[in-house]
Amino acid sequence: MCDTTVLRIVEKHKSDGDGIISILEDIQSKYSYLPESALKTVAEQTGKSLVDIYGVATFYRFFSLKPKGKHLINCCLGTACHVRGGQTIADEFEKKLKIKPGDTTIDKEFTFETVNCLGACALGPVTVVDGHYFSKVKTTIVKQILDEAKKGLDSIKVEGDKRIFPVEVSCTKCNHTLMDNEVIIDDFPSIRLTIAFKDKHGSLRLSGMYGSYNIVSEYEIPEEAIANFFCPHCNAEMKSPTICPECGEYMIPLMLKGGGIVQVCPRRGCKGHLLDLF
Amino acid sequence: MINITINGAVLSVEKGTTILEAAQFLGFPIPTLCHMAGLTPYGACRLCVVEIGEGSRAKLVSSCTYPCEEGMKIRTSTARVVKARKMVIELLLASCPQSKTIQDLASTYDVRQQRFKQEWETCIMCGRCVRMCHEQMTGNALGYHGRGETRTIGTPFNIKSEECRLCGGCIYVCPACQLRCTYTDKEQAICNGCVNLSLPCVEKDKFKEMMCYMDPCVACEISGTHYSNL
Repeated sequence: MCDTTVLRIVEKHKSDGDGIISILEDIQSKYSYLPESALKTVAEQTGKSLVDIYGVATFYRFFSLKPKGKHLINCCLGTACHVRGGQTIADEFEKKLKIKPGDTTIDKEFTFETVNCLGACALGPVTVVDGHYFSKVKTTIVKQILDEAKKGLDSIKVEGDKRIFPVEVSCTKCNHTLMDNEVIIDDFPSIRLTIAFKDKHGSLRLSGMYGSYNIVSEYEIPEEAIANFFCPHCNAEMKSPTICPECGEYMIPLMLKGGGIVQVCPRRGCKGHLLDLF
Repeated sequence: MINITINGAVLSVEKGTTILEAAQFLGFPIPTLCHMAGLTPYGACRLCVVEIGEGSRAKLVSSCTYPCEEGMKIRTSTARVVKARKMVIELLLASCPQSKTIQDLASTYDVRQQRFKQEWETCIMCGRCVRMCHEQMTGNALGYHGRGETRTIGTPFNIKSEECRLCGGCIYVCPACQLRCTYTDKEQAICNGCVNLSLPCVEKDKFKEMMCYMDPCVACEISGTHYSNL
């Protein structure tokens, strides 16, 4: 368990008066549940007693003290969904996954939960899988939903999503293009950079799609690790004076072809980025 | 000073005095369960209800948490109050029938039947142990878990808390569970649980002040560290 992650989350919330709920929310979104050691760290850092933290963690249904599966399925059993057959949908999920509500499948793939209302009553019966809403669910498409979830609902769908677009970037120092036509990520040429972390040295390719966080790397970079990035052509270190709005690390600047600078965070797993168009 | 009337008797009390304290000063009996001198009022058991206000504005309030107000007219045993109290006792009997304290209350208030679904709980959620641990023993070992129907009292993760010094204060103040062992004879001891406990007084160095409510303590007497053996 990475203690520094929890410490950083607590530090982040120091300014807004030690909001326990927001701290626990952040920890849960990081680990998908609240580990025992994390609660102890929070208690120590905020100066509150462990019983109080534990009390808050058990009071709200949103918080889980048990590890959750890779995909979270929430089946609505509110009044409106119930009269439209929400219970039969929940039963179908139970049958297909062979678990009771609140449990996780043995392969740690799915966690199935029921909720009392999602506030989308007109669309009922509603099922939410990994934050994606499925409306007017029928028992016949339950299997389809599970298959889709297994494939990953978060995979990039380029068509139709205006927020995701391909970019072409170059080095801010030598202005040499960084695009690499040999390695394709998300169906577009990738961005090649040289990285160094600890005693390792190699090349890393970022997705050329703005909005996608997919990378291809020679080495496995551990979560939270910060690597130094260099231009593969002029070998200058890429570091801008701007700090990441998410984690406070110095960012990597990349010159955009159409004019502008896109900055990304060097921390593995951090999704902080800035876009400045001229 | 604030002037109030309790059952017709006039009394002037200091600002901040609760109705319960004023009534007890005059000697009017008000039954309580969650209230305990030295702990902050909690108002959980609702046994201490009294009637205040007049006419159609009369209402029931919990006397342990309600501070006296100028000109307040308090009635501690009207038909409405007694009816409410009897209902509370009946509900307590439904959840926790094995408690000696609650049985005694039922017999005092002549509650002869219990019309609800019978449960066999060992806790009435009065929160005395939580407040005792936090306020008097500066322990912070006990707290509430969950909410609603599934709310329970316990230590974090339901394992022995690092902050628990085994003082036994929580058992001492509990009005419901009566888990405290009062016999040192092995045959008569109810649970023998205390034999398995590590001696609280041995951990004296670990905590700033060692306060103990485990008297008589089997572990203490068997090991010969009890003051009666010294």
